[in-house]
Amino acid sequence: MQEVREIVCLICPNSCVMKVYLEDKKILRIEGNMCPRGEEYAKQEIIQPKRVVISVIKVRGGDMPTVSVKTENPVPKSCILKIMKLLSRIELDAPVSMGQVVIKGVCGTNIVATRDVRRKPAPKL
Amino acid sequence: MRLRVAIIGSGIIGSCIARVLSMYENFSVTLIEREFDVGWGSSKANSSVIHPGHEEDPERHPLRAKLCKEGNILWRTWAKELDIPVKWPGELMLFFREEEGRARKYIDLAKRNGIPSVKIVPREELLKMEPILNPDVEGAVYAPTTGVIDPFEAVIAVVENAVDNSVKLLTETEVRAIKIAGGEVKGVLTNNGFIDADIIINAAGIHSDEVSHMAGVEPNFKIRPRRGEYILFDEDVEIKPTRVLHTTPTEKTKGVYGLTTIHGNLMIGPTAEDLPPDFKERTSTTNEGLEYLWDKALALFKELPPRSKVIRSFAGLRAEPPDGRWLIRAYMDPWGFINVAGIRSPGFTAAPAIAHYVLNLIRTEYDVKLIKKDRWNPYRRGIVRLADKSLHQIDSLIRKNPDYGEIICYCKLVSKAEILEAIERMRKIGIKTITLDGIKYRTRAGFGRCQGAFCRWKIALLVSQYTQTPLHKVVIKKSPYGIGDVKVLLREG
Amino acid sequence: MERYPSYDVIIIGGGPAGIAAAIRSKELGMKSILIESREILGGVPLQCIHPGFGIHYFKEDLTGTEFISKLLKKMEDINVSYLTRAHVHSIEVRSHNEKVINVITSEGVKRLETKTLIYAAGARERHIFETNIVGDRPDGIYTAGEAQTLMDIYGIMPGKQVVIVGSGDVGLIMARRFALEGAKVVAVIEMMPYPGGLLRNVVQCLYDYDIPLYLSHVIKRVSGRRRVEKVTVSRVDESLRPIKGTEFELRCDTLILATGLIPNIDILERIGVIIDPATRGPVVNEFLETTVPGVFVAGNALIINDSVDNVVNQGELAAEGAHIFIQNDGMPSTGWRPVKKGRNIRSAVPHYISGMRDVTFYARVRAPERMVEVRVPEVDFKRRLHSVRPAEMITFKLPKELLASLKDPKVTLEVVRLCRK
Repeated sequence: MQEVREIVCLICPNSCVMKVYLEDKKILRIEGNMCPRGEEYAKQEIIQPKRVVISVIKVRGGDMPTVSVKTENPVPKSCILKIMKLLSRIELDAPVSMGQVVIKGVCGTNIVATRDVRRKPAPKL
Repeated sequence: MRLRVAIIGSGIIGSCIARVLSMYENFSVTLIEREFDVGWGSSKANSSVIHPGHEEDPERHPLRAKLCKEGNILWRTWAKELDIPVKWPGELMLFFREEEGRARKYIDLAKRNGIPSVKIVPREELLKMEPILNPDVEGAVYAPTTGVIDPFEAVIAVVENAVDNSVKLLTETEVRAIKIAGGEVKGVLTNNGFIDADIIINAAGIHSDEVSHMAGVEPNFKIRPRRGEYILFDEDVEIKPTRVLHTTPTEKTKGVYGLTTIHGNLMIGPTAEDLPPDFKERTSTTNEGLEYLWDKALALFKELPPRSKVIRSFAGLRAEPPDGRWLIRAYMDPWGFINVAGIRSPGFTAAPAIAHYVLNLIRTEYDVKLIKKDRWNPYRRGIVRLADKSLHQIDSLIRKNPDYGEIICYCKLVSKAEILEAIERMRKIGIKTITLDGIKYRTRAGFGRCQGAFCRWKIALLVSQYTQTPLHKVVIKKSPYGIGDVKVLLREG
Repeated sequence: MERYPSYDVIIIGGGPAGIAAAIRSKELGMKSILIESREILGGVPLQCIHPGFGIHYFKEDLTGTEFISKLLKKMEDINVSYLTRAHVHSIEVRSHNEKVINVITSEGVKRLETKTLIYAAGARERHIFETNIVGDRPDGIYTAGEAQTLMDIYGIMPGKQVVIVGSGDVGLIMARRFALEGAKVVAVIEMMPYPGGLLRNVVQCLYDYDIPLYLSHVIKRVSGRRRVEKVTVSRVDESLRPIKGTEFELRCDTLILATGLIPNIDILERIGVIIDPATRGPVVNEFLETTVPGVFVAGNALIINDSVDNVVNQGELAAEGAHIFIQNDGMPSTGWRPVKKGRNIRSAVPHYISGMRDVTFYARVRAPERMVEVRVPEVDFKRRLHSVRPAEMITFKLPKELLASLKDPKVTLEVVRLCRK
């Protein structure tokens, strides 16, 4: 059975609108991408849509009450809620460094910090 | 033995009454306010004009006419004593040819009321006085004794001074019932318990009819909320009249004003729209109202600033009593209940005079021999504002207090020191919940071009820090800033 | 009050534009200092936890937070001088090469003298009174940037049932943020018949989360006693006027305004800088010098940008301009040629070019189009573009070799549709 699906590429601001032609769920060809990354993206999107998840995690004792985090790699869309629930139950202790892996092995990737949070100086008595 | 006085409502009327009563040994005064802060009813959403009194008909409304004139005089002293920003630019009631007959009647009223210096100004002179006027005007009725005041600062200043003179302020306290026994008032039942009182003064503004009914008096007295919308422009527009301008009044209203507020903003308003009695919380603006104002403003000015220069629009509700008649009366049955109800325009102007009038009612009707306090402090200083100072003065202020060197509100140049002082002053007069609006009215932070987009969260952080309140619980106007920490919905969901 | 020795350049604003200008100024050997009102440097990117930053500058797709961290590291490595918690009170222009900046700090008022000034203090968000939304003034109304600060720096949740006005990238990003943190995003309302932001953001922020996008709609009224309770939405016609009878209500407790940014330049207006009503920023020449000699501007204070790479380039360009000014005791005199806006160009900077140097243009179109060419006909410049949209700034360089052929007293920027043959 022939099928055409429209996929918008998320890789770069061009947001190419691609057409993916399928026959019996197999990809025949891809049109509309301006670069090879788009083709890769379209294939992945058909097989299993994946997204990078971006959020914050609460921090104790830091100069800021949160640290921004992201998944190191895109994760299956179906995983997003699970990751968000996990992030909501975790609280880190300062200091946190940018690039630090804050949670290992979630949905096939790691959660990394994307900013530094320094330890807040103790209050003066 | 002191008479315990409970004043219901701390708008301009209630606060002024509190201040006047606080001058006497005879009274122990409690000012009861249901909102988080003082002056949040009609007192904060009005034209900010102190009227001369030449628009009041002494036959139809003798009390309004008399007390407006007296209030105009009293505000001159009160504003100085209480450090309230005010200016006295005078006003021009503009008329077109077909309105001239109506306008001239105001000269007559001025004479009958004894209002000084009111006269007609013809077109040529008028256009020299205010070059930005609509050149089609025929002339104007000029009344030099008109003032423009800061209405928020006024209520706050009066209350601060009253509290300094032993008045007690209870915020977040709503009167639910009035207890009467043996033909006299005993006190008020509130959401925070019972407050004993020998005298109860109803200054509840838009709800003054409901309070009156709680005391079982004036069952036919019904307040109609009258909405007035206003438009406020950015400070840097070129249209800034020196004097207060307004259109010739109609039966219903004082006409539309175009004036430069005490903060330097062009303001146009109000509209006058009667709302059904159960619409007492409807301080919302409407497209029709704002369009109406725009049209009327075109009648006043040669040209208007572009719409992009509108910085704010707001609506206020006035308490309109039946027949426009103020209900100021001390009752014998129940003894001790005093109505100061339906105080529509010129209410703000008359407020200090109304306060003395009520004092006099207490003296005569309740046979109280007034004893002046030996020590009563008439003075109150406002918060020192960085924005009003020269660079040298700013430097000195900072060296005394480094918190003056940290600017929180960029548009209005408000420093951390002023915000902390506002919090302190709110605490000092007994405010239980520090709100961002309360800080706004005391410091002008958030009044400027960005309307708080830059600074609101910074002010909230300061409130959170200095009142030990979690950031999301800090109250903006009437609601908290947030509903919880950023993960609250995920945890609960 | 203390007086300080004179600077070559003072940079006002410690966001990416200002930091880039400060770095370049130091690299060029100018005596410079950066002044920032907040207690930390970094500006808006500090709260941008999403990627899309630094693709050209650092050759990496970084989050805003990662980007600014790297940029700040670069600044620290070369020892740029700066003051934080320092707010500019006023600017006095004494002469073409003498300015005094009055700065309020917690140590007192500092009067800093400088030959040139780079103003990079960014933009402010449009507030509700700059929209046509009438009604109550309940709590629960936030600008998008404010909501972002609250959620992604201070970790608080503004509300749980959200309506967003404006489908620019800021609005779309915030829609996703709210949805991810468990809020119900009831709708995104967009006045124009097309989304304001990138298509990829419409997909990954709205479609992915089943958030309805109402194109050609506006919010007419907001209602609520203490907090927002509902908004009244209406369809609009081609002239963007509400169509009677198309109103409907959406229940919500939070209204987010993402209706655009406006350059934050009151202080420049006070010294007589001429403003372009199309950008709402200063009129500038190819070095981003304003109409007041020696006063330069970069970043969102100049024109609202959508890519931080452009912002950083503007900062560096302004620093280069300041350097030329210092070396020549003023910008070299030249016949400045005005830049005219042609077909489908809504706004463009710079407004004047000399024709003697490379020029980088930053422009926005009025309406979206596909298969177009950006042209400067006077020098026969053509650049083909797949599509143009108002949300995406167009930027291109005219090399000085090309400008050498310029005979016209002006240049025109235009966008031309290519016909399929």
